[in-house]
Amino acid sequence: MTTITATPRPMRSRFLLDRSEVVGPLFIAPAILYVLVLVGLPFLLALYYSVSAYSIFNPSFAFVGLKNFRDVIDSEIFRRTLVNTLVFTISAQIIGLLLGKIGAMLLMQEFRGRGVARALVVLPWAVPVSLATIAWLWMFDSLYSVINWTLIAVGLVDAANRPQWLGQEDLAMIAVVVVHAWRLFPFGVVIFLAGFTSVPKDVLDAATVDGAGFWRRNYQIILPIIAPIVLIALIFGTVFTFTDLSVVYLLTKGGPINSTQVLGTYAFQVGILSGDVAHGAAICLFLFPFLLVAVILLLRSLRRREI
Amino acid sequence: MLRLAKKLTAEGSFYAAVATLVVFAAFPFYWMLITTFKADGDLYDLKSVPYWFNAAPTLEHIRYLFAETLFVQWLMNSALVGLCVVAITLIVALPGGYSLARMPARSAETLGIGIFLTYLVPPTLLFLPLSRVVSRLGLQDSLWSLVVIYPTFTIPFCTWLLMGFFKSVPREIEEAAIVDGCTVMGAFVKTVLPLCLPAILTVVIFTFTLTMQEFVYALTFISSSEEKPVTLGVATDLIRGDIFYWGELMGAALIASVPVAIAYNLFLDRFISGITGGAVK
Amino acid sequence: MAAVTTNEIRKQFGDVVAVDGISLAVRDGEFLVLLGPSGCGKTTFLRIIAGLEKPTSGVILIGGEVVNDVPPRARGVAMVFQNYGLYPHLTVWNNIAFPLKTQGAQRDEIKRKVEWASRLLGINHLAQRRPRQLSGGERQRVALARALVRDPTVFLLDEPLSNLDAKLRASARSELKHFQQTVSTTTIYVTHDQVEAMGMGDRIAVIDRGKLRQIGTPGEIYDDPVDEFVASFLGTPPMNLIERDGGSMGFRPENFLPKELLNGAPVVELPFRIDRVEYLGSEHILYGALDGRVAKREVTAKLPAHATLDGISPGAWHEFAVRETELRFFDRDGRRTDTKGRDR
Repeated sequence: MTTITATPRPMRSRFLLDRSEVVGPLFIAPAILYVLVLVGLPFLLALYYSVSAYSIFNPSFAFVGLKNFRDVIDSEIFRRTLVNTLVFTISAQIIGLLLGKIGAMLLMQEFRGRGVARALVVLPWAVPVSLATIAWLWMFDSLYSVINWTLIAVGLVDAANRPQWLGQEDLAMIAVVVVHAWRLFPFGVVIFLAGFTSVPKDVLDAATVDGAGFWRRNYQIILPIIAPIVLIALIFGTVFTFTDLSVVYLLTKGGPINSTQVLGTYAFQVGILSGDVAHGAAICLFLFPFLLVAVILLLRSLRRREI
Repeated sequence: MLRLAKKLTAEGSFYAAVATLVVFAAFPFYWMLITTFKADGDLYDLKSVPYWFNAAPTLEHIRYLFAETLFVQWLMNSALVGLCVVAITLIVALPGGYSLARMPARSAETLGIGIFLTYLVPPTLLFLPLSRVVSRLGLQDSLWSLVVIYPTFTIPFCTWLLMGFFKSVPREIEEAAIVDGCTVMGAFVKTVLPLCLPAILTVVIFTFTLTMQEFVYALTFISSSEEKPVTLGVATDLIRGDIFYWGELMGAALIASVPVAIAYNLFLDRFISGITGGAVK
Repeated sequence: MAAVTTNEIRKQFGDVVAVDGISLAVRDGEFLVLLGPSGCGKTTFLRIIAGLEKPTSGVILIGGEVVNDVPPRARGVAMVFQNYGLYPHLTVWNNIAFPLKTQGAQRDEIKRKVEWASRLLGINHLAQRRPRQLSGGERQRVALARALVRDPTVFLLDEPLSNLDAKLRASARSELKHFQQTVSTTTIYVTHDQVEAMGMGDRIAVIDRGKLRQIGTPGEIYDDPVDEFVASFLGTPPMNLIERDGGSMGFRPENFLPKELLNGAPVVELPFRIDRVEYLGSEHILYGALDGRVAKREVTAKLPAHATLDGISPGAWHEFAVRETELRFFDRDGRRTDTKGRDR
């Protein structure tokens, strides 16, 4: 046996693309760069603006400490906005979740026209937000609302006192919540359906043989098994609703009298329409702690999930 | 007899429940459809039953939409932006997803989750600083601002989706290609990509529909009518003062929604298996 | 000149040492088998030679050149994987043509070589099929054709027969060996199956826990094992090992016979209590114990079918013996201490 004392030469450059240590990072670099530059940087910029006195009319970076945040918190409109956002999000999520679960349970059954039903049920989520909201705008119209027409025709409401869905404070809130829930629930249906079908049949059969009835099977067996997927969907859904701007903007623009103002629309109004970038950024940043909580919850549930 | 009655009521209530849900979901679209074809006189008549036509249906709104508004321009804008964003997303997400799929597990998971998390950062947090970035780049009021910004939400999700699909290709095939004479990149292009074409198609459709639906960035960056994508144009421009052109509005909404809805339905199962990580068989 | 030489190849994955300093030289044109139990590092070692893994330390030479930093495609190796690694989206013809296309060969040359390889392996009638339409044996032949077509310096085969039915395996084994002798390309073949190793190898390298235990011809490995591991790994049933003087004494079951059958040469007598008999058609396996001796496992004797079993009764003691020349001795660390069998 001969002993080789030759030392390996360093890799020639023509073999650069053969080395996975080179190609790996090279391939993922553009994605990371894109995200850092167009998501990370703007985020830092938002932080920067929020502690400055920047506005479109006076683009100065004078440092003002936490003054913007104090101004915002002192504003009654803002406090109303925060409450609104929470109310809308929670209500819409609950309704969306319930409808989603019921819808999934219904669509699990085989029946004639199931494919059509599923396609129709998915529509609200599939279709662009602004276009669907415009349809609701028309449906809530002060004069020609088809909802009002039906209520009057059935006798529940008097023609002279027809509800101004988008013009009265509490009705406007209801209207916005309904539209949000309407958009959300198909997503819930899809997720629950996916969850239900992923439960192994033998587990269900074993439960039936063990004597578990419909409700017990549902709540003690199926729900725990699909909990991770549902939780992840819930977190995403909540984030989407909490940060949404489109529905409120198109239906009520935050009115009447800020009763439907949400964080997104208020930030838009202050930061873009009024040009007060500093305060606008401060408002936007109130979204952040909430998002952080969502992220932590999401990570925890991802860990627990058996993929 | 009682059995039959019970069965009928059970079935009846089942179908009733399904019907209620379906009506709740789909009625606005029916409303869109009917409004589009109703003559103005019929549309704005408070005394008529709104659920069906009381006068002959008309194509006037559609004609007006196509001939006298910028609707076609908006559709083309959206399509252009969609195609460009799809191209950018593919160029970045294909190699990115592959890199994550073949990287050692620990770092891939961290990076993967990191990229996935950016999906949670909403436009309403970023639109303010991005509007400053966009005007600094001189892309204000231009479609190209959207082409640059939209990939920020398509790339993360598509990279994550593609990572899942690429992982399912057995490594042996790539190794065979490497031993047979390919570089790592060559093996990727010649063996993994052809085997994942359905997944890539899903990503393309998904990106396109995401782009077509976006509203907030469009609202923030674009003001002139000719540059608006269809979601923005329809929502803001079909109004003269206080008067909404409902017939045209509904027609526009309908036409712009239909392709997206069809695409979603066709690819729904693929989306789901992508989202749930293939756990659903 | 050796076709492939490795010097102190070591591979560590974190804390786990998969390959622990293997040095060997593969002769030009020989069929070398890397034999060992699952997880012993033989596949990792093969992949290091292919260039699919980088060694933690050590040198690899192919055709006399150091190839540590040369990627697989430039090493002149061809590999057949355990699951064949055929490209599912390509036809058989395109699968075989693939390595030629990546190297930019001309169309007529590709055509010529693909047809030659297909003919050699008897698969030209399958040219337009896809891998999923082929049987296991056909897939293996396509994989071989694809490896052959590049005219490599070395064939690397990773347990290519393990996915075939037992019946098919025997005929595939002889076909493979015949094929290698026809093309006379140096071949390194990994397997955990000792029958394959003994039947096909010009030399066998026995590997255990990342270390090379012994390298030699099948005869040398079988008759002259350097330690207890090699002695026990080859042979079915394994060599009987009896405790003796702190070490062990070993003899193979086929050499442990009734005394009457062993007239002539000097023998060691070992009274054998037979507990049960297995009839396997071509042979009998007798299981039992020796008088007053401690053995590592049940003591076995292997008798050919035509040997009579008159007088063999389970539970009773019988007079069995082993020729002295068939005994092998090991020290307390399992290393061989005697030199018998080395004159063969």
